[in-house]
Amino acid sequence: MSNQFIGRPVPRKEGREKVTGRSRYVDDLTFPEMLYGATVRSAAARGRIKQITFEKGIPWDEFVIVTAKDIPGDNYVALILNDQPYLADEFINHPEEPVLLLAHADKHLLESARASVRLEVEEFNPVFSIEDSLGKKEIIWGEDNVFKTFLVDKGNVDEVWAQADLIVEGEYRTGAQEQLYIENNGVISIANAAEGVTVWGSMQCPYYVHKALIKLFNLPEEKIRVIQTETGGGFGGKEEYPSMIAGHAALLAWKSGRPVKIVYDRAEDMAATTKRHPSRTRHRTAVSKDGKLLGMEIDFVVDGGAYATLSAVVLSRGTIHAAGPYFCPHVRIRSRAVATNHPPNGAFRGFGAPQSIFALERHMDKVALTLGLSPEEFRRRNFIREGETTATDQVIREKVDMGQLLSRALELTDYASKRERFNAGNASATVKKGIGFASFMHGAGFTGSGEKYLQSVVGAEATPDGRVRILAASTEIGQGTNTIFAQIAAEALGLDYELIEVARPDTGHVPNSGPTVASRTCMIVGRLVETAVLGLKRALTGAGLLADAYDSAGFRRACQLYIEKYGALRSSSQYEQPPGINWDDERYRGDAYGAFAWAVYVAEVSVDMLTYEARVDDFVAVQEVGKVIHPVLAAGQIEGGVAQAIGYTLYEQVVWREGRMQNNQMTNYIIPTSMDVPPIRVFFEEVPYAYGPAGAKGIGELPMDGAAPAILNAIEHATGISFNQVPLMPEAMIEAIESRR
Amino acid sequence: MTEDATGEVTGEVSTEASDRDAKISVTCTINDREQTLVVYPMARLLDVLREELRLTGTKEGCGEGECGACSVLIDGELVNSCLVPVLQVEGARVQTIEGVAVDEQLHAVQEAFIACGGAQCGICTPGMVIAAVNLLKRTPNPNEKEIREGLAGNLCRCTGYVKIFEAVVRACQSSSSSRGGGVEA
Repeated sequence: MSNQFIGRPVPRKEGREKVTGRSRYVDDLTFPEMLYGATVRSAAARGRIKQITFEKGIPWDEFVIVTAKDIPGDNYVALILNDQPYLADEFINHPEEPVLLLAHADKHLLESARASVRLEVEEFNPVFSIEDSLGKKEIIWGEDNVFKTFLVDKGNVDEVWAQADLIVEGEYRTGAQEQLYIENNGVISIANAAEGVTVWGSMQCPYYVHKALIKLFNLPEEKIRVIQTETGGGFGGKEEYPSMIAGHAALLAWKSGRPVKIVYDRAEDMAATTKRHPSRTRHRTAVSKDGKLLGMEIDFVVDGGAYATLSAVVLSRGTIHAAGPYFCPHVRIRSRAVATNHPPNGAFRGFGAPQSIFALERHMDKVALTLGLSPEEFRRRNFIREGETTATDQVIREKVDMGQLLSRALELTDYASKRERFNAGNASATVKKGIGFASFMHGAGFTGSGEKYLQSVVGAEATPDGRVRILAASTEIGQGTNTIFAQIAAEALGLDYELIEVARPDTGHVPNSGPTVASRTCMIVGRLVETAVLGLKRALTGAGLLADAYDSAGFRRACQLYIEKYGALRSSSQYEQPPGINWDDERYRGDAYGAFAWAVYVAEVSVDMLTYEARVDDFVAVQEVGKVIHPVLAAGQIEGGVAQAIGYTLYEQVVWREGRMQNNQMTNYIIPTSMDVPPIRVFFEEVPYAYGPAGAKGIGELPMDGAAPAILNAIEHATGISFNQVPLMPEAMIEAIESRR
Repeated sequence: MTEDATGEVTGEVSTEASDRDAKISVTCTINDREQTLVVYPMARLLDVLREELRLTGTKEGCGEGECGACSVLIDGELVNSCLVPVLQVEGARVQTIEGVAVDEQLHAVQEAFIACGGAQCGICTPGMVIAAVNLLKRTPNPNEKEIREGLAGNLCRCTGYVKIFEAVVRACQSSSSSRGGGVEA
């Protein structure tokens, strides 16, 4: 069947509602008798709650008040380690930790009330840095402050140092980053013993919330229902946090017997919810004088904040991506996620990989410079090829050609001649120009055996009027889930795109297709959509209602006849691991991902030596992502991700004081505006992946990985100064530039 | 009302309790319909639109005039409705996203946002569409710099703005860019 819908820019399914303002986000919904909820949080970073005082001047008897004592089930957010309480009972482990909940019908009075609850805390010494945590300045979590450790050990790196012509070391750091979805976190809940708990909210993973509420209320799973409302951006920031806010609203609803809405304002959302993990990476690299990688030793540490949340998994992805798209016979990667008394860090697009890839791609430039090779030539000599192994000993079976991606990216940017031209002009210029790049890959889907454990399921059904409806928990959060699922289904069945509907994720009606994370929705869930809808067709054919050749009208008629005859037409498909994937969780070895996306990103920058401002003037993103399902949506993913990564590199600095975010406003936490983004030119190469729908792989996280090192490599080209930390703010530039004068 | 040491006026602006005691009547035209609202004078226009009138297309992103998700037109001027006390719209013409499409006929800007992928998660989209409509009204054929400046008050976290710029260009190229009478403010 020729591609009628795959690869075509069909209109976004919910586009019309979005451009007319008719889409309903959670804050657009109200229920009769609804109360508003608010969260009383700790100002202290660490300590013990001594007393809670309700100050005078507030009609407290009008308020619904919930503390840890009111929790019907277990007081933890069920996720991985179950160490994070919904409400602190005695001990405080980070600023903004929730202690008490309030609800009232008047949200203005509610704000005054929140400010009138005084927490008296006996403060303990907090830990705020990776170094203090590793050095056990205080033990704040478990026995040693370490949430998780990984060791990847390929070959025997201890033997290479003696034979190396050159050994190059480096240390690299990345800061926290706020997801800054424009829609803040929010939920509405109705909860009572008779009907159970229902939550509507902005989220990525309805079944994560479902799982958490089962434990919080100690109710059977059928008594919990979670419905995703239109979601105004997520980027990872609505992966695990919605379990927290949903639990809070549900506790207030349970106690009050009335619907309760909690929608954070921007300041609360920025201060209290998860951020990208800050990191420190140390590299020690052995190379031969002809520029071959002999051995790599990498030490990767992330700051998890006060509770475990998803840190172990973030660490895992950062660890596996730390050695990049290169072949090296001996690699040891040791990694740790450590506790501090910051609010817990969590999922954010890229999920650990942007941190370790930043370090690697800065370090590759450093090694090249030390060797006297150009950055591109050094990489060419080490790019991984089909049949070679990654750091986890995964044999690359895809047709990968990083060298060709690099050549194309350098041609598209006129790299070689710009490099020369800038070199010539920079000596006397106050605005210096530079061009740099990064080469990298990003695995799609859950790591290792993750997808096997998830056992995701997608359903499909025929509607009474003969349309096809896809049933999945995978959420539309802007990336285009509804649209690509409909394209994949329409293509698989040979039907009109308009004939396909995608059901709203509602745990009462859709199966668990897994979380909307990890660049897995298109590749993994999309494939299940493909097989699920083909099940409908098989049923119709088997019942003798559908001929071999049919059109949309014929299919509709067949569905209607089937439903008349048998009552309902449903089909489902469960994930089966493609053959040949082997992963050893103990030794952290084997096939980490079913497929990788491969990329080379090039940044051109200007650095003003008088104002210490760096700007990205041009950006080219070249990537091989398997079959592109929707060229406009796919390019939109790359452009948006690159813009976020430019923010990560040059603008977005979380300012901490005693563990609290000080700049929790859009006024002083700066994300790129329309004036700041360069032209972002996106190019795809397509090598179909046998186990993706129509050959597609994942792309959502990829664009977050490459911009930071590409930009800092370009800044080094412009200035001759090696910056090894993001965000790179003018203050750091002042110091470095002035110390050179 | 009191003045603190810095000379800034503090007090009634944020004391909703006292506002609650004294509602006033404000008459204005919202999306071509004259309305008389009984509201607290310092209530934010954003809240009045969303909560009193149920015009929920106008969004709150930051509440401090940075993100532009709450953009509306007042007498043809692009403003952040989170910063406007409702008493200021007495006698004014207010246009919200709900007034951009006429019946089911989308404005050229809206058509272009769909075609070009200018809307992803959609939460900034109503404000962005309003800003783009306003830009094209003032500058029917904007160059790239004018587009960037015209949208500089509206933050988007999904698109990197590239497809939004493309949508604006497409909208002004479209022969139908004059339709959508709802924005004649």
